[in-house]
Amino acid sequence: MKPFAYVRAGSLQEAADAFTARPGARYLAGGTNLMDLMKLGVEQPEALIDVSRLPLDTVEELPDGSLRVGATVRNSDLAAHPVVRDRYPALSRALLAGASGQLRNVATTGGNLLQRTRCPYFQDVTKPCNKRSPGSGCGALEGVHRDHAVLGHSEHCVATHPSDMAVALAALDARVELYGPGGARTVPAARFHRLPGDHPERDTEILPGELVTGVVLPALTAGLPSAYRKARDRASYAFALASTAAVLEVTDGAVSHAGIAFGGVAHRPWRARRAEEALLGATPTRAAFEEAVDLELSAARPLRDNAYKVDLVRNVAVDVLAGLASRTPDRV
Amino acid sequence: MDGPHHSTATRDDVRHGRAAARPAADGAGGAPGDGHSSTTTIEVNGVPHTLAVDNRRVLLDLLREDLGLTGAKKGCDQGQCGACTVLVDGRRVNSCLLPAVALDGSAVTTVEGLADGDEGTDGDGLHPLQRAFLDRDAFQCGYCTPGQICSALGAIGEAAAGHPSHVTDPGAPPGRPVPLTRDEIRERLSGNLCRCGAYPHIVEAVEDVLP
Amino acid sequence: MATTADTGIAPADPGSAVGAPAERREGRQKVTGRARYAAEHHLPGRAHAWPVAASVARGRVRSVDASAALDLPGVIDVLTHGNAPRLAAPDDPVLAVLQDDRVPHRGWFVALVVGETLEAARAGAAAVRVAYETEEHDVTLDAGHPGAHVPEEANGGHPARREQGDPEGAFAASAVRVDTGYRVPPLHNHPMEPHSSTAHWDGDRLVVHTSSQGTTPVRTTLAAMFEVPEERITVTAEHVGGGFGSKGTPRPDVVLAVMAARHTGRPVTVALHRRMLPSVVGHRAPTLHRVRLGAGEDGRLTGVLHEVVTHTSRIKEFVEQAAVPARVMYAVTDSLTEHRVAPLDVPTPSWMRAPGEAPGMYALESAMDELAEALDMDPIELRIANEPDTEPDSGKPFSSRHLVECLREGARRFGWSRRDPRPRSRREGPLLVGTGVAAATYPVLVSPSTASAHALPDGSFAVRVNATDIGTGARTVLAQIAADALGVPLDRVRIEIGSTELPAAPLAGGSSGSASWGWSVHDACTRLTARLAGHTGPLPEGGLSARADTTGTADADSPYARHAFGAHFAEVAVDTVTGETRVRRMLGVFAAGRILNARTARSQLIGGMTMGLGMALTEGSTMDAAFGDFAESDLAAYHVPVHADVPDVEAHWIDEDDPHLNPMGSKGVGEIGIVGSAAAVGNAVHHATGVRFRELPLTPDRVLAGLREAGV
Repeated sequence: MKPFAYVRAGSLQEAADAFTARPGARYLAGGTNLMDLMKLGVEQPEALIDVSRLPLDTVEELPDGSLRVGATVRNSDLAAHPVVRDRYPALSRALLAGASGQLRNVATTGGNLLQRTRCPYFQDVTKPCNKRSPGSGCGALEGVHRDHAVLGHSEHCVATHPSDMAVALAALDARVELYGPGGARTVPAARFHRLPGDHPERDTEILPGELVTGVVLPALTAGLPSAYRKARDRASYAFALASTAAVLEVTDGAVSHAGIAFGGVAHRPWRARRAEEALLGATPTRAAFEEAVDLELSAARPLRDNAYKVDLVRNVAVDVLAGLASRTPDRV
Repeated sequence: MDGPHHSTATRDDVRHGRAAARPAADGAGGAPGDGHSSTTTIEVNGVPHTLAVDNRRVLLDLLREDLGLTGAKKGCDQGQCGACTVLVDGRRVNSCLLPAVALDGSAVTTVEGLADGDEGTDGDGLHPLQRAFLDRDAFQCGYCTPGQICSALGAIGEAAAGHPSHVTDPGAPPGRPVPLTRDEIRERLSGNLCRCGAYPHIVEAVEDVLP
Repeated sequence: MATTADTGIAPADPGSAVGAPAERREGRQKVTGRARYAAEHHLPGRAHAWPVAASVARGRVRSVDASAALDLPGVIDVLTHGNAPRLAAPDDPVLAVLQDDRVPHRGWFVALVVGETLEAARAGAAAVRVAYETEEHDVTLDAGHPGAHVPEEANGGHPARREQGDPEGAFAASAVRVDTGYRVPPLHNHPMEPHSSTAHWDGDRLVVHTSSQGTTPVRTTLAAMFEVPEERITVTAEHVGGGFGSKGTPRPDVVLAVMAARHTGRPVTVALHRRMLPSVVGHRAPTLHRVRLGAGEDGRLTGVLHEVVTHTSRIKEFVEQAAVPARVMYAVTDSLTEHRVAPLDVPTPSWMRAPGEAPGMYALESAMDELAEALDMDPIELRIANEPDTEPDSGKPFSSRHLVECLREGARRFGWSRRDPRPRSRREGPLLVGTGVAAATYPVLVSPSTASAHALPDGSFAVRVNATDIGTGARTVLAQIAADALGVPLDRVRIEIGSTELPAAPLAGGSSGSASWGWSVHDACTRLTARLAGHTGPLPEGGLSARADTTGTADADSPYARHAFGAHFAEVAVDTVTGETRVRRMLGVFAAGRILNARTARSQLIGGMTMGLGMALTEGSTMDAAFGDFAESDLAAYHVPVHADVPDVEAHWIDEDDPHLNPMGSKGVGEIGIVGSAAAVGNAVHHATGVRFRELPLTPDRVLAGLREAGV
């Protein structure tokens, strides 16, 4: 790890100013991913701007029925929050499916969104990776890629986004609040992460110096049945091979709202818009779910060694949707 | 942020988190000289320590190298094994991933600090969970053991505070203590690897100290 | 040879220390964090060193530019093959670090940065620029690899090939035949404590604290490489955070630490990073198995052929002896067991818990399950039908063999009789539930050792032997052996281990530690008892002492085939939605001679079974063909089982009274727990799903694809 300066920000403005003064800086909140990447040499900031003590650590109910989650709310606290558990169970379940108790105690909402891929080529600075070192090539494309993307990848990058939480946020139509040198703005969670295209070095829509300040969970999906299910290599403490977050509303026997996102299969949480559209107005039967999910997955382009992911995410998604439709609590 | 940090935090401030809550823009990241180190005050097992630390230094290395507290172990140095687990302000964390400089004003409890004081000891100088680990033979090589113990104590506290886990019934009422069944203990301790395979005995030891 | 099923709670012989569930002697230190491991010796002026790993799979170091590293604050020096101390060639080529410019595999150490702090050393290592001449590499093992050949011998000195009778002909003529294949991937030991050493030169004396399974061989190696007389070297390993074979002999960390300490004149600690371990401390080599079993309609084996292909590195031949257990297990007159090995540009493989037996018995015991299915026979009865009178390969009588008793006792405890033998007969919603069984075997190994025993005037006893406690409970068990031999209560015996200042002893490996060390402790204490019996009056100030050396006795040829045996039972649930397979319960019953400490033995057996669970379901490593290293280099990618993977695991044993072993009558329990456990899990998965999976681990990708193919 290269030596770096440390700056503790006392306000958002101070944080933004500090970044302007040191464009090679990184914001530090929980640091669980950033410190790992710094030790590996993947991240080499000249300064860390500590934003962990900014007053962004609260969860508040807003008058319009939405819920605002501060960027530095710890994953464990968010998962345990009574309102989250009550109104957005998929978010709580997704958080609890990720990492370990120790990591969830430190990792923050903002940091979880901004965590980087666990692609082994990205993490090893002695190997090519277009995400880490644009133009160096992709080691995974023809390499060891059982864990990699089947949707939305490019010849430049086949990495997946590792977050569970972000998958739930995408399905729940959350919005990400940003603050930076150019002021404040919000981006839909489902569009916050990017597909790799020609620029896999850009994971998200965030601009240099911008900071995630919070996430807003909308009134639209509050209280709707929602669930998250994750398949993994071991029973706990493992990244998703594939996962699904879904929120489903059935009115008068027909689907009146569907939000579906896949995890572990793409460079971003994969919002399954085609499946959702196919389900709107449909009778919520297993056959309808299968048809809708298959429609979504017709876009899948598995790599040499990860075709199983198409089946896996299909099965998980159908299972989650069928569970929601039958109003049985999601069980993994 | 330039200029040395003059810590005025008292031990009570530290214990009650007041120092941690106080905005520290006046230079908690103060840099003696090269701008790459900072003066940091951290309370460890009840004793405040003020040190000039390399900004790169993580809590684990501060404990092991600066304070000689080698109970917290380095198993992976990247948050993947749990051997470095300690309690920071009462919460279990992976100390290998926490820059020490960011913990200015925090209170840390390591395995060496568990049996201090009168509370929670059974009279033989051990914390009841340490005693239970001996009784159940809940370790072999011992390298993951301090992390398992600190993690279990953190997990017991989390369950008591109503924090759910991945195996908690999603329909369980929020805010109520979660009973620690064996499945709950296993899930909650899954961030602590044990290569000797002492898991079944660790679960028994944790059960022994549940209220 | 009476056998009883022991609960393991109470000592078999009241009044005897051996067998009692005595608490670990170092337990308090471990649960309070006071136990010091190799990297935790804070010597004044200690520096930290960080190795630089080669980033090519094969080639030569053309140049090393250390200037940027040396400019960094806190970097003391950079060692390369150009300036590192020249060492005498070691017996083990993996220790010849920084001696020349060759890169035999990716991850090989090509430089070492010494820094004032860990951070400085690591930053320095990242700043070292190494230029290479690269050569074409080949790291991909397949059964038809042109480089694969039958070596002279496999690990453990076993003949690489054994043929009895006419195996091909007998197999071809068999009424029922199974001809099948299995793949076991590379596996990593990953002890929780990464390999670490702290070295310090005090004038011409060298003191080393190292994480090793045996410091006597470490000292011998360092003495030869650094050309220093052994008596000027002290090596200690007071506490060792696991090894599982990967610390059996010295690894590069200790050579680098000693080298850096000599080069800089400072105490130096080298603590390898977790991500370095797969490349430099050994791994379980992948094994490709072809197993052919022929049997009559009665289930009696008429032909057994087990052929194994594996890899080794270019610098050292290590051949995983996976076909060896087929020479021990079942009665058959026509058999072939053969190993072939392909040298590749891969990291050097080495021992991992039950080398040979663990992968070999996965294959053989899976094939036995396939044979039972082909015969429509209960798999336990099939094994019992093939129980041999003598060891099939050698013809020697067994010193004791209670495999049948283990199978029967396990079946009773597990509830085997209630099992519906039909595959896919138990469904719980989306879950398919099944049970499986497999046998286990592990040889009884023992090496000569020395020990001393001392009677002190205060009535206490000190017993000294350079044993190593890697988590087995060696201190405790040796004290128990000593107490019984001395005829005194356990608390009167102090035990000293873990230093070359003590009487020389072999390493903790091959499940032989307690037998080897215990034998010499027993003999020393027996002699001391005799001396005390002949002594009248108070003891002299220095006490009375006795020494023992078991050379010539412990290593004497035995007319018996000596092995431990066991039976594993597993119940699994396979999720048809995800292919996720989880073990619900495991139960093992073992016949391992006399159990010396019920508490620590049980922990070792359960630990072995747990590692077998990992081998079956979660653990596997992938050789990256393009880059020449293991893709799963850390603990997020290489999946050691976590708490949530490990449900109730029970270990029981049959008390064996075997007079042909050693004075304690023990066989060793460190490894047999893993042997066969993966097969039991795999066989349970077959029972659950009706699908036979033949490649480990049984991760969701494989299981889901298999279920889909079978239309489940």
